[in-house]
Amino acid sequence: MSTGLMEPGIVPLSNSPDGLWTIAWRQLRRNRIAIICLAILCVYTATWVYAEGKYWSAKIRGTVPDYKISHYENRNQPPSLSHPLGTNFAGRDNLKQLIQGTRIAFEIGLLTSIIVVPLGFTLGALAGYFGGKLDGAIVYLFSVVASVPDILLIVSITYVTRAAVERSAAMQSITRYIDAGLLAICVGMGFTGWVGLCRIIRGEYLKHRERQYVLAARALGASNASIMFRHILPNVSHLVIINFSLRFPGFILIEVVLSYLGIGIANEPSWGTIINDAKQRLWLGNWWELAGATIAMFFLVLALNLFGDALRDALDPKLRIAEGKTA
Amino acid sequence: MAAYVIRRLLSVVPITIGVMLITFFVFRVVGGNPAYRIAGKNATPARIAQISHERGYDKPLFVNFHEFPRQVFDAQFPQLAWNLVRFDFGQSIVTKERVGTMLHEGVGPSLCVTTPLFVIELFLGVGLALLAAYYRNTWIDRGLVLLSVMGMSISSLVYIMLAQYWLASEWRLFPVWGFESPRYLILPVMVGVVAGVGGELRFYRTVMLDEMYQEYVRTARAKGVPSRTILFRHVLRNALIPILTNVIIAIPFLYTGALLLENFFGIPGLGRLTVMALFNFDDDVVFATTFIGSILFVLFNALTDIGYTWADPRIRLK
Repeated sequence: MSTGLMEPGIVPLSNSPDGLWTIAWRQLRRNRIAIICLAILCVYTATWVYAEGKYWSAKIRGTVPDYKISHYENRNQPPSLSHPLGTNFAGRDNLKQLIQGTRIAFEIGLLTSIIVVPLGFTLGALAGYFGGKLDGAIVYLFSVVASVPDILLIVSITYVTRAAVERSAAMQSITRYIDAGLLAICVGMGFTGWVGLCRIIRGEYLKHRERQYVLAARALGASNASIMFRHILPNVSHLVIINFSLRFPGFILIEVVLSYLGIGIANEPSWGTIINDAKQRLWLGNWWELAGATIAMFFLVLALNLFGDALRDALDPKLRIAEGKTA
Repeated sequence: MAAYVIRRLLSVVPITIGVMLITFFVFRVVGGNPAYRIAGKNATPARIAQISHERGYDKPLFVNFHEFPRQVFDAQFPQLAWNLVRFDFGQSIVTKERVGTMLHEGVGPSLCVTTPLFVIELFLGVGLALLAAYYRNTWIDRGLVLLSVMGMSISSLVYIMLAQYWLASEWRLFPVWGFESPRYLILPVMVGVVAGVGGELRFYRTVMLDEMYQEYVRTARAKGVPSRTILFRHVLRNALIPILTNVIIAIPFLYTGALLLENFFGIPGLGRLTVMALFNFDDDVVFATTFIGSILFVLFNALTDIGYTWADPRIRLK
């Protein structure tokens, strides 16, 4: 903090105190583990962008992308110079499959968040800000969702969404751009995952609505919507980012379980499908498929977990989110 | 106190109704007529009509206005709710058995796996957390935290596959699949502990460190209490409340069983039953397991709250 208030004559007025993000970044920079994790995350993001480019360029040109072309003459090859991570049962290069798996993992994280963030944030903000009957209704809603065993609800919603997609024509126009299984998984995790965010945001809005700056805004005649989204939102938005980085690894791990249950992604090589395909070939001694997918997943999940923790400590040392079990 | 207990127990009712509504909504409203799923892709309309009629899927969803006013509740949801409340779970489509019997048979094997898993995980988690808290900010603490985060970053499926491949198949230390003697339980329990203990350790460590920075710890230290006594006498006792919450909330999951472990190791418990039912569109079984799982969760939640008030009068005032 600047000492501007104590000595008004010395410090010029334009010298505003450091913002939340400046302080957080200064603290993060000092944390060696966080910086390593950030570097790992950057590598994964670059891989994701590359994979996305490859996928869409093939899609636009109408060709089959090279990671999907089978080469039966060199199936189940152990790692070699031409295939650094070996090949799978159809002779497809394992490394290329894993790169596409990175794309799927990021797509799952982002698509699910497109459902979780607006839903959880809006409901949490409404409940916390207005209180009363609306609060009661929203708390009731999320207590009900939280009472159903997590994995059962995810599986059921995913299952049913998939069936609904197959029947309706309107949904099929969407699935031309997004894999049907991917969409179903994201809907399933999205409609169960909003509860945690909603709880946190509700608690914050409960606190903030009594603060001086909100009272000041109200005295100046700001509308409720304007107070909620222009005044309070910037003060709680960092929680969304922390929540996202801590929840993202969970999505990746659940995808593997869903793939095992047979309701995962069907036509694209996600890490879950690779691990599940590797299951049968492990008994033949083909360790490289399982090892590749596990290691690819391991570093992303580890980096996200550690970076999320560091981010939380840097942005909000008082906040503690109980670490739940993942699948 | 009595009024609070009654109020808290009564609040279980609306949540339960909500859970039934959500399950019903997902399976019957969004999912459409289940007869299509049961009959398969190449079913004739006559077959679908027959299944719908047999299982009552052709009835209105919530209220039956055709039979107004005599049989208003002759609709899908009221009947389902009434049956569940009477613990009449209907009949499985696949095995034609009563769902109640199937659940009854599945509880034993599930508990055989989940109970030892739960107990070992708890003691190991709390023990390691105490160790980490005692040696906080040293390499022991950091190593434990890093190990647990690393352990959490590997899919539990991979643990299962590796254990089955190496320990069971290659080295023949344990049987791979089945449920015949206690020997069959060692591997699933072991895998469960390894996969789960990281999360527990991290949670309990946070709980203990939260207590470590309280005023009473500083006071104890100031009057010269040795740090070991502080940890075991003062901190552990105060940390018991969040630990107990975590434990009580987890108890319902003992009942629902371990989904993945049971499937991979061929243990005929409730987790396996649920997965099978999901694959076969076995509505009644899915409704039953979801219903029981949620009811137990809600009940235990209420019990924790009541336990709190009993143990700590400050909470009642809020």
